[in-house]
Amino acid sequence: MDRFRMIFQYFQSNSESVMNGICGLLALASVKIYTCFEFSCPCLPRYNMAYGLGIMFVPPVALFLCGLILNRQSLVMLEEWRRPQGCRKKDLAVIRYMCSSIMQRALVAPAIWIIVTLLDGKCLICAFSGSVDPEKFVGFANTSPVQVQQLLAKVPCKDDELMRNNTSRKAVSRYLRCWSQALGWSILLILIVAAFLTRWLRPCFNQATLLQARHWSNYIDIEQKIFEETCCEHSRLFAHKCILHFFKSMQQEIKLHSFSLPREGEKAEGEEDLLQGITDQDQMNKLLKMWYYEKPPLDIS
Amino acid sequence: MDKFRMIFQFLQSNQESFMNGICGIMALASAQMYSAFDFNCPCLPHYNLAYGLGILLVPPFILFLLGFVLNNNVSMLAEEWRRPRGQRGKDPAVLRYMFCSMAQRAMIAPVVWVSVTLLDGKCITCAFCTSVPVETLGNASHPGFSQGEMKRVLARIPCKDIYDGQELIANEVAVRYLRCISQALGWCFVLLMTTLAFLVRSLRPCFTQAAFLKSRYWSHYIDIERKLFDETCAEHARSFAKVCIQQFFEGMSTDLAAARCHPPRKAPADAGEAAEKLLGITDQGTMNTALKSWHRCKPPLHLHPPALPSSNGWAGKEQSPTHTPVPRREMAAYCSQV
Repeated sequence: MDRFRMIFQYFQSNSESVMNGICGLLALASVKIYTCFEFSCPCLPRYNMAYGLGIMFVPPVALFLCGLILNRQSLVMLEEWRRPQGCRKKDLAVIRYMCSSIMQRALVAPAIWIIVTLLDGKCLICAFSGSVDPEKFVGFANTSPVQVQQLLAKVPCKDDELMRNNTSRKAVSRYLRCWSQALGWSILLILIVAAFLTRWLRPCFNQATLLQARHWSNYIDIEQKIFEETCCEHSRLFAHKCILHFFKSMQQEIKLHSFSLPREGEKAEGEEDLLQGITDQDQMNKLLKMWYYEKPPLDIS
Repeated sequence: MDKFRMIFQFLQSNQESFMNGICGIMALASAQMYSAFDFNCPCLPHYNLAYGLGILLVPPFILFLLGFVLNNNVSMLAEEWRRPRGQRGKDPAVLRYMFCSMAQRAMIAPVVWVSVTLLDGKCITCAFCTSVPVETLGNASHPGFSQGEMKRVLARIPCKDIYDGQELIANEVAVRYLRCISQALGWCFVLLMTTLAFLVRSLRPCFTQAAFLKSRYWSHYIDIERKLFDETCAEHARSFAKVCIQQFFEGMSTDLAAARCHPPRKAPADAGEAAEKLLGITDQGTMNTALKSWHRCKPPLHLHPPALPSSNGWAGKEQSPTHTPVPRREMAAYCSQV
């Protein structure tokens, strides 16, 4: 139990690890969706290519957008990018750092989909079965071009009556799957080498700038969280005061019999401090507008 | 149990992750419902279209309404919309924000249902099997089939065991074709929905951030105020009931003592807490009368004015009439006189 609590606390405390967690979940979801999805090649001359390439490329785009949507930091980055300058300068390096880290995390699930698709092979067999050279395969060598196209289009469908016992079908299928898996493994190798090089070589370039960018992007994230929490706390106290005022104006003697109000009366002074003198709607609206249009300078000396 | 409590705490602590959690659960529930549903195409010419499109479109609509019904904030929105203006102005931006956030959450389960239905393919296969292009996929020139006859044969495509049109068009070819179209539609629908969601989320900080902060704060405020008001009213009702019952018992004990021509017994100074709690009722007959009286003739909801706090227990209070112009609903609940 203690271990779970520590894990949860760790994930909550560090927003980067929350993002890593979401990225991992989305990658797992990507694999799960692919395995649950019933791939069904149409086995018709022009439809094959569209279907095969569609299944290979459309879901990754949707997964990429999902990765951006679920990542809280993308909102933070957009807000920081679009806010008016006010009293606080904007550091483009910070925004670039946030953008690159968001993009890297959002690209994981689409990359996994594409790699799994290629390693499985069905998509490529479906898309390119009509594009193989029929001369290479005995069963398709001596047929008319139109018929060859029809036959090749039916290669992905094992149970089709024309293809059921056709050995050339298996040859074409193996050939395409071999290409597909080679492509899949190559892409995987390239991506891992690229990630490795990026992480290894990054300290050689601009380490100081990187540290600064990382620190301030973390700061912006935490500042926004704390602002939201403070607003929540403030609205709670505001509501409490409002209701107390309402009750007081209706009934004077309620204090004699209520259990909780006398206690809250003693705490009233502490709460006045927390409310910072903001006690009506116009003042709160002005505060929120000021927070957006003119953020305070990063100087609390 | 502890593990669940911690998971809930984790989800609740961060508002964003709580909402993501709810969305994930609804999506999973919708997918599970679809897989549990036993799809049964009627395989008859006009019924197919109605059944297929019905299964595609009616459950999402129900899930959407259910999403609203199950959301506690719907009543809050309705209250804020219908309340009289009074001393507090109404901000339509806040109402719009509350409605939009509820609608977004309610849309998730229907979108998942439609996506899963289209990606599975059975609905579209059932609905559009009579529209398969027989000229390109099969032998349209096959003699012996009139239009109506051909439609009847094609309508049986989803039901493999009774399909008798193999010479007209092969069953697998037609099913593959329809499923391909259905899955293409499904993925396009998924892409469209995620693009819309992305645009909605990313355009907001670019255009209306200040207004958004305002609406979010005040909608949260309205929610908290309502909860705190309910809590305060509950505490007040508790105190009210306690004093009312206390006064009832004391009144009963005094009446009975007066009826028996005994003066009300003062509790001796060192009687202790237990004797005080007995409220002057110390025998079976008195207790029975008190219980009967409580059932037959409950006391009015009107507490007596406070006297000096003394040991014979006549503490009470009076309700002053209400003057302030506040929403009528609260006034009526507050000054209820049975």
